[in-house]
Amino acid sequence: MSTYAQKKGFGATLWDFLTTVDHKKIAILYLIAGGFFFVVGGLEAMFIRIQLAVPNNDFVSAGLYNEIMTMHGTTMIFLAAMPLVFAFMNAVMPLQIGARDVAFPFVNALGFWLFFFGGVFLNLSWFLGGAPDAGWTSYASLAIASKGHGVDFYVLGLQISGIGTLIGGINFLVTIINMRAPGMTYMRMPLFTWSTFVTSALILFAFPPLTVGLVLMMFDRLFGANFFEVTMGGNTVIWEHLFWIFGHPEVYILILPAFGIFSETFAIFSRKRLFGYSSMVFALVLIGFLGFMVWAHHMFTTGLGPVANAIFAVATMAIGVPTGIKIFNWLFTMWGGSVKFTTPMLYAVSFIPSFVAGGVTGVMLASAAADYQYHDTYFVVAHFHYVIVGGVVLAILAGTHLYWPKMFGTMLNETMGKITFTLFLIGFHLTFFIQHFLGLWGMPRRVFTYLPGQGFETANMVSTVGAFFMAVGVIVLLINIIVTSARNVRVGNDPWGDGRTLEWAIPSPPPFYNFKQLPLVRGLDAYWLEKMEGKMAMTPAEPIGDIHMPNASFLPFTIALGLFIAAFGAMYHVDHKPWALPVMVIGLLVTFASMFLRSVKDDHGFHIHKEDLIEKTDKGVEA
Amino acid sequence: MANHELNSGNPRVDIEYRRKKSKEEMRYQIVSFTMMLFLTFIAFGMVAAKGFSHWFTVPIILLLAVVQVIFQLYYFMHMNQKGHEAPSLFLFTGLGVGLTAILTFMTIVWW
Repeated sequence: MSTYAQKKGFGATLWDFLTTVDHKKIAILYLIAGGFFFVVGGLEAMFIRIQLAVPNNDFVSAGLYNEIMTMHGTTMIFLAAMPLVFAFMNAVMPLQIGARDVAFPFVNALGFWLFFFGGVFLNLSWFLGGAPDAGWTSYASLAIASKGHGVDFYVLGLQISGIGTLIGGINFLVTIINMRAPGMTYMRMPLFTWSTFVTSALILFAFPPLTVGLVLMMFDRLFGANFFEVTMGGNTVIWEHLFWIFGHPEVYILILPAFGIFSETFAIFSRKRLFGYSSMVFALVLIGFLGFMVWAHHMFTTGLGPVANAIFAVATMAIGVPTGIKIFNWLFTMWGGSVKFTTPMLYAVSFIPSFVAGGVTGVMLASAAADYQYHDTYFVVAHFHYVIVGGVVLAILAGTHLYWPKMFGTMLNETMGKITFTLFLIGFHLTFFIQHFLGLWGMPRRVFTYLPGQGFETANMVSTVGAFFMAVGVIVLLINIIVTSARNVRVGNDPWGDGRTLEWAIPSPPPFYNFKQLPLVRGLDAYWLEKMEGKMAMTPAEPIGDIHMPNASFLPFTIALGLFIAAFGAMYHVDHKPWALPVMVIGLLVTFASMFLRSVKDDHGFHIHKEDLIEKTDKGVEA
Repeated sequence: MANHELNSGNPRVDIEYRRKKSKEEMRYQIVSFTMMLFLTFIAFGMVAAKGFSHWFTVPIILLLAVVQVIFQLYYFMHMNQKGHEAPSLFLFTGLGVGLTAILTFMTIVWW
């Protein structure tokens, strides 16, 4: 552990990351894995747009199109957006509350590896006989009838990565409840920490329904059960409910951290305290609560009846109120501030009109009667891309630029960042704005092609051109990352110069123990308060002392690996492959043996001694 | 979540106060235990009595069950004490989500 400052070989670095339980390294793992899947999902999106660029196109076949479309949605939601959001939560949240790590570092690593192996398993379907093709919602009647192993990959892969997300969420909850620094009351927590808290609560309550749904689906497909098989007395609508009881909170799981990142961005670059802090917190919590009351608005046309539709329509529209509160608060934060248009701020400013557009179409879709018209058209596609790309993806890009120096100790190039921003924003609106009209003109979703002469040609071509703009934007970002890493100009604690919260009070990247002495928090925007009083650092809340740290462990990797192996066994068991059952048993043995080892072998971690901390001090210890 | 041992090693512990508190708690426990037995008896009696219609007994039994759960959580599992705000928040949120789901499956899912 004291090898921190030394240069390490590739093997040592790899082993370090495979066994790490440090939240900052796990954040980097999430960022790399999520970034990789983001590129994969982006490629799938490009294939979709190329196929739809001209009528009667045969770039991909109908079956392959279904697979690409399904995998685009599944990958982007579960394997790109969520891990990237988790990357920022891991990197920033413990620093913001003044903690030395998350509550359960081992579980944190386990969560990452479960997500990673689940994602790899899902994507291996491309090479093993075809990807899932029943849409990211995988509605039961379609999914059960799906030939081959595609949907099995979906069920097992999401089950594994879902466990990872769930334990990650629980970990964040415990961390925020128990590990806040002295003085960090709930109402002094930075907004990003608040959004992590609410998001984790949503994960806690939303993932169990998905788990149940996936288990039922798994039994239907792999072990001959009939939960969703109507001809055998099952009920296919139950899947829709279970999926959306999970699925609607899921989109808030994505957007709330985005709100958090933008709240930080607005405050930092307007050099003002966030306007209406307590109402922002209230709105976050309210959105979280309401998020569980609206799932049936995805099912208006299923035939729930007018009463249920009306209730869910009203509940859905109600969400516009807290969201509106947040939008106005962001605007008022900028009002009268001394605004600096850095790359993250550009994303934040452009997020407001983009997201409002998505919100307005959301209220349109929420009117159940009108939804019968919009349902299953490109209008819906345009709506959710406006909220997810215009909200979540812009936030992820903003967060990448904002927190890159904190995570890696070097600033991304601002000029290239602004080029990425311009290309991406233009591309985004070019791609999706026109899709509203495509939908209103009657183009259905999830079709692999359309006929000429229906008035869809120009609009689809425009949309495809926009997609290429976004792709070029992302490529510029990747070049930016490579160039920045190669130059590797080191930066100090507060590279943006206007950091307000605790993470900017410590070096970039922070030492592995984060805070030599836990900081004393004296109000909202703790670091800003100290800076305004002319202090260079936080007032410590404790004398310097031994720090208890967890040991690195390879077991999270093997626990997840075991489930990954077992999933193959479970899946090929259906084909009566003689090796399938042993593989499943071996996989589960690996998992349970690792868990057993973890349980019986006491691991008390280690202490960094006071003397070592003082030696490494650059400007003296404050008592 | 506070410690309730009498000898916590803290010299300034007010033993008198602790004793009074424990006694009080014991009284609450016994009272709620008796109440719970009584409520169970009512529930049992209502079913055994046969005279009541199902539309009367079922809601009453459910109501008694809710009361019992509250007794259990607050008096026996100490949720009435300080430091249980977060657990109770999550408990009730979870309950809300779970009950909404059950309500859904009983009303707008059809066979």
